[in-house]
Amino acid sequence: MKTSVLRYLLLPAALVGSLSLYALRSEERVVPDPDNAGLKLPAGFKALVAAETGGRARHITVTPQGLIYVKLNRPNAAGKGILTLRSTATGKAEAVGGFGNYGGTGIYAKGGYLYASSDEEVFRYQLNAKGEVVNPDKPEKVVTGLINRRQHESKSVVVDNDGNLYVNVGAYSNSCQVKDRQKGSLGQPNCPILDSAGGIWQFRADKLNQNYGTGTRYATGLRNVVGLDWNAQAGQLFVIQHGRDQLHDIFPEMYTTQQSAELPAECLYALKKGDNAGWPYMYYDGQQRKKMMAPEYGGDGKKEATGNFIEPAAAFPAHTAPNGLLFYTGTLFPERYRNGAFIAFHGSWNRAPEPQKGYYVVFQPFKNGKPSGDWEIFADNFAGDAAKAAAGRPDHKPCGLAQGPDGSLYVTDDKKGTIFRIVYQK
Amino acid sequence: MKFALVTLLGLLIGATPAALAQQKKPTPKGKTAAKPAVSGAVTPAMLAAGKTIYTQNCLTCHMADGGGVETMNPPLSKTTWVLGEKTRLIKVLLNGLQDQDIDGEPYRNVMPAQDLTDQQIADVLTYVRNSFGNKASAVKAAEVKAVRASNK
Repeated sequence: MKTSVLRYLLLPAALVGSLSLYALRSEERVVPDPDNAGLKLPAGFKALVAAETGGRARHITVTPQGLIYVKLNRPNAAGKGILTLRSTATGKAEAVGGFGNYGGTGIYAKGGYLYASSDEEVFRYQLNAKGEVVNPDKPEKVVTGLINRRQHESKSVVVDNDGNLYVNVGAYSNSCQVKDRQKGSLGQPNCPILDSAGGIWQFRADKLNQNYGTGTRYATGLRNVVGLDWNAQAGQLFVIQHGRDQLHDIFPEMYTTQQSAELPAECLYALKKGDNAGWPYMYYDGQQRKKMMAPEYGGDGKKEATGNFIEPAAAFPAHTAPNGLLFYTGTLFPERYRNGAFIAFHGSWNRAPEPQKGYYVVFQPFKNGKPSGDWEIFADNFAGDAAKAAAGRPDHKPCGLAQGPDGSLYVTDDKKGTIFRIVYQK
Repeated sequence: MKFALVTLLGLLIGATPAALAQQKKPTPKGKTAAKPAVSGAVTPAMLAAGKTIYTQNCLTCHMADGGGVETMNPPLSKTTWVLGEKTRLIKVLLNGLQDQDIDGEPYRNVMPAQDLTDQQIADVLTYVRNSFGNKASAVKAAEVKAVRASNK
């Protein structure tokens, strides 16, 4: 009797207690979209549209305090090239402000500074204790005078743990032909583009007004890198290259349209100072796993490359355009994702008449700073459906990646300007 | 499997106008040539010939639907460059094009000069000017020849 009375007395109290606990928890819990923002994800992963920027959202970075900075390819209607957002309790990101009157791609926060690039220069902005930009209208110019001849114009940036800044300078050419993309045109001897482009340049993150003369060509033979990240486990810079286009269009007697669609692989490289990845003299055949001599430089579709060119760390389907690389160090996702690489594939255009491909985020597992095991598609269907992907007319084109302080994965889209947020919820 | 089916369906739908053009093609050669050419008239034979050249030389960059690739390769549908003055359009194929905004939009890839005959250029431009939602007069080989002569 006594116990049952006690039970009845305790029950409402327990209920109220658990309800308030639940309320507290749900307040902090990210609320995924019912359709996971249209994405297809592995079990346990959920997604939401965190924000619609309305601009061509290129790279993205999140400060430890949770402020989100997005670089737009060109300034928006208000003339802002960088957007500031803040995560709300439900996981949506609210616009906080904007600054920077230039378009571009690169943005990266580290060591109390925000680095951002136009297609010719790299700027930095000091951040305060809240992760806010102190002087949005007074950026410091870290690097100036980088080459931009429209093609492969993006300058992606990352900073290592020793204060070095790495910047990609893409080659303003497909394959260093005498006449770019002209049928049958051969390669320029000793490709002169490589002097000022087609590689990664290293600068100091804390010195102003650096240029080609004061920087170092850290690695060469990289046609166009958009995705790059520092791997702290390996203590190494990783970059992922956009491989050359149009083998069939330029050398129809050597390559079928199908070979042209499947060659060359998009390659992930682990770089050391002085490395040469071989562009324009070679391309990588992902099926044969061989470095092949480029037809512009004596190749015939069968000859292997000669020269001291590095091997890729991993290879991915041709023309799928990797634009974002992120080593995941968070604890929100299951253990197997830790220190592995997420890669955002912008999607192809030059695979016709084969179906176009890409428009997804891939996961490449790593172990001890090296790729370990096969890559897999992690987040799919940015295109909207298979037909839109095959036609090369996707709804969204994944571009930049960033990790939130809670371990969420942010993905930008430079077609509609959507910011996706992917979480793991058991 | 589902993907393959959807793709196949997409290809079939995409191929339909081509199939129609192919069906109309077997007009006897002599007959087409004998017809007094109405200035700027577009014939199915011209379209069929133009489509073949488009597929071989243009489709990779401008895509099967003529929509181009945003920020890289300009679209061919309803642009002033395709529908406007023929001389300027013919020169794009003869000389190539670079660092040129199209209707206010920058495009990054280079358009290479095309090694095609006057007739081939006339056919492919006629096809482009009458595909992808475009409707405009034909381009004749004589027009290409005249532009080529004054080009250098």
